[in-house]
Amino acid sequence: MSDMLNTLEQTALSDYKYGWVTNIEADEAPPGLSEDIVRFISAKKKEPEWMLEWRLKAYRQWLKMTEPEWANVKYPKVNYQAIKYYSAPKQKKTLNSLDEVDPELRATFEKLGISLDEQKRLSNVAVDAVIDSVSIATTFKAELAQLGIIFCSMSEAVQEHPELIKKYLGSVVPMTDNYFAALNSAVFSDGSFCFIPKGVKSPMELSTYFRINAENTGQFERTLIVAEEGSYVSYLEGCTAPMRDENQLHAAVVEIVALDNAEVKYSTVQNWYPGDKEGKGGIYNFVTKRGICAGVNSKISWTQVETGSAVTWKYPSVILKGDNSQGEFYSVAVTNNHQQADTGTKMMHIGKNTRSRIVSKGISAGFSQNSYRGLVQVGKNAVNARNFSQCDSLLLGDKCGAHTFPYIEVKNSTAQVEHEATTSKIGEDQIFYCNQRGLETETAVALIINGFAKEVMNQLPMEFAVEAQKLLAISLEGSVG
Amino acid sequence: MEKVPKADEVRGKEGEVLMSDLKSIIQTKFTNEPFSGNGALQAFSQKGIELFNEQGIPTSKHEEWKYTRIGSVLNKEFSYAGGATAVTAKDVDAFRLPGNENANELVFVNGIYHAELSTIRSSADELVLMPLSEAVTTAYKPVIDKHLGHSANYHTDGINALNNAFAYQGLFIAVKKNMAVQHPLYCYYINDARTVNVLSQPRTLIHVGVNAEVFLVEEEVTLGASDSFINRVSEIVVEENANVHIYKIQNEDSHSSCVKTTHVRQVGVSRVNSVTITLNGGMIRNNLNVILEAPGCESNMYGLYCVKGNTHIDNHTIVDNVMPNSLSNELYKGIIDENATGVFNGKIFVRKDAQKTNAYQSNKNVLLSDAATVNTKPQLEIFADDVKCSHGCTVGRLDEEALFYLKARGIGDKEAKALLLHAFAGEILDKIELPSIRQYADAIISERLGFEL
Repeated sequence: MSDMLNTLEQTALSDYKYGWVTNIEADEAPPGLSEDIVRFISAKKKEPEWMLEWRLKAYRQWLKMTEPEWANVKYPKVNYQAIKYYSAPKQKKTLNSLDEVDPELRATFEKLGISLDEQKRLSNVAVDAVIDSVSIATTFKAELAQLGIIFCSMSEAVQEHPELIKKYLGSVVPMTDNYFAALNSAVFSDGSFCFIPKGVKSPMELSTYFRINAENTGQFERTLIVAEEGSYVSYLEGCTAPMRDENQLHAAVVEIVALDNAEVKYSTVQNWYPGDKEGKGGIYNFVTKRGICAGVNSKISWTQVETGSAVTWKYPSVILKGDNSQGEFYSVAVTNNHQQADTGTKMMHIGKNTRSRIVSKGISAGFSQNSYRGLVQVGKNAVNARNFSQCDSLLLGDKCGAHTFPYIEVKNSTAQVEHEATTSKIGEDQIFYCNQRGLETETAVALIINGFAKEVMNQLPMEFAVEAQKLLAISLEGSVG
Repeated sequence: MEKVPKADEVRGKEGEVLMSDLKSIIQTKFTNEPFSGNGALQAFSQKGIELFNEQGIPTSKHEEWKYTRIGSVLNKEFSYAGGATAVTAKDVDAFRLPGNENANELVFVNGIYHAELSTIRSSADELVLMPLSEAVTTAYKPVIDKHLGHSANYHTDGINALNNAFAYQGLFIAVKKNMAVQHPLYCYYINDARTVNVLSQPRTLIHVGVNAEVFLVEEEVTLGASDSFINRVSEIVVEENANVHIYKIQNEDSHSSCVKTTHVRQVGVSRVNSVTITLNGGMIRNNLNVILEAPGCESNMYGLYCVKGNTHIDNHTIVDNVMPNSLSNELYKGIIDENATGVFNGKIFVRKDAQKTNAYQSNKNVLLSDAATVNTKPQLEIFADDVKCSHGCTVGRLDEEALFYLKARGIGDKEAKALLLHAFAGEILDKIELPSIRQYADAIISERLGFEL
């Protein structure tokens, strides 16, 4: 066993494979945050007056708030005056087709393995690629438009669909929600907007790829998905960031609205730069994600594979307001070296016969700390609410930690709520069993980890499942022998 | 008897009312009635006051007090009466627990140990009782220096500090080594609230020697119809090979509230069993901490709360596995009816060196009314890899199929429910090893559930 532990410890995290900087001239705001910067961002994006007012309101709100400290993570405080709040790759003109995209930028995506044209040709995925806050190009837009689906960047949506933005922006995550949501509302630079009209089932998976490129920039995207009555969409989000010594802040907000009988599936593979082996650098990933099942029989499902970021702090949540609505949360969170993750979900049961399911798998290695924090709340009128939660933690090595903080609040006697959690390491007997059958320890551990995370991986769309599995292996390379 | 000024006179934010007044009251107490004993306890109490002044009474913003708003209960006029009240043996008779004829009965009146009302049947070879202020002048001084106030490491809030301020009035109990105490210790904590509201601060430090065994049975009692608040801290040190059984029966009136901290340090390989039964009360907060400080310790913690009315029961437990090879087992069950609230927060810590720890925790709740609330938070914090830890919790109602099964056999709805609930509770009641106490607990639970034996 000690041999195995040695191997586990010796071999450290493989180098971050997505760590390079693309040399694109960026159009930036000076560092610091003030009303002028908010105005600058708004002006840069040629936003209408109401949008600027909204941002300023959020900014004033943010000034009144203090940074929360309750999470089980430790990090040097962010200096909000040292961050550049706007950085857009310089572009000469509006683009009509993908071929016009800056070739260097295209190369970046190719390195990431999501080459736009390849995706276009082969995988039937519409990609809204976001580099440093500005959406570069949106593929398949025309095809989607025929069905009435709007899939565009947030800035475009503000210009072209103000009525929808006015109605839904901030309706799920109000600007007053929390410190980072307020900050995001004030300075968000771009993001994706997705609108699925009544009765339309999106024929393809919609996808955004986020990437933080310029130095000292915070990334504040804002995503809004609205699924009208009877519609369906599966949405993918992936993130990477180059290697840098400083910590970078990422404070995004994602809002989902599902009306009657609508279903939204949101999958994330998060692979922000986690910092080096000594815990230097890396992304602070402080994200607010929330969906509301506003209509009857609606469903929102979050699936996340979290392997990156120095500090992760996020709780994709579902408000189950409509009767018979369903919320799901599937998560694999891997932490290695000095990474810290405090992640989980909130399921708020308000309507009758609402159901939720939480499956969370945490894997900790190195010196990392991995926490699950979840809330299941059953309101007074949530008759027959049902929840099942399972959080399992796997510890690789004796210097890491696994923590579980589940909150369960029930105010209705017909509710049925179950929570179970286990913490363990890979059993010597399991390894022995595999060894006996000719598998090397290394392979055996990988096999067991894969099995451990399978329940969640199975929820990912095909394209992502492959990538996620690779990521899992990369993040734990060394730790798992 | 000093009095706190009426709440209206100094009303501030929640929980702030008492702070400034308490300080002056306690300070006066210190100058007016210099206590016996040496300066060590005075310094200890002084530190308690200072911390209390700093922290105040915890509000719901305090993570450990998120679901229990203690300020609302304390936000009234309380008397800090000492032990000198008109409580007689006859008053005590009214609530003696079964089996008392064979027990050591320790009576605390308004927080202070009352020797005249107590009956000690064990010989001085087995059991030593003396005020803490006296014990610090004896050979037990090192024990007190080492263990008194250890609970403050786990409870940094003002409530614990407030009790520390009164520690100089506390009682020291020692169970001598190699002694299995034949007579269980029945401890009655009486608040005499017949004329005024009473806030009391009982404090005990119990040292259980090598190879010793002791049964502790604890009950809080309020006399009279005024409000009563008991803020009790009991610290228990368990040496090598000792066995300790702690049973608590909580069956008070709705105007009686308490914060009860039981802090157990298992410093040698030892075994501790704890059973907490809660039926009635106003706002009840139980802190149970078990620190497994020696390799190979075993600790079992059981709880049953069967509450109705407006009772608020909050069980906070901490199991801290410091050394390897320990086993802890925790099961808390709740039956919550009417407007009652059940809160459970179980924490398991497994420290870096505590390899091969087995820690289990489970919390099961049945809600009987739509006005009832359950807030539960089973929490694991693990820093060692070679461990087996699990926790689970459920909230639900009675199994429809089981009910149907019984009803199909001619058992009425009410009886069938009572039968199922009694079986649900039985798992905990069975853990009480003193027959007289087990039967008593079973009887009061059965009565509550409408179950006929």
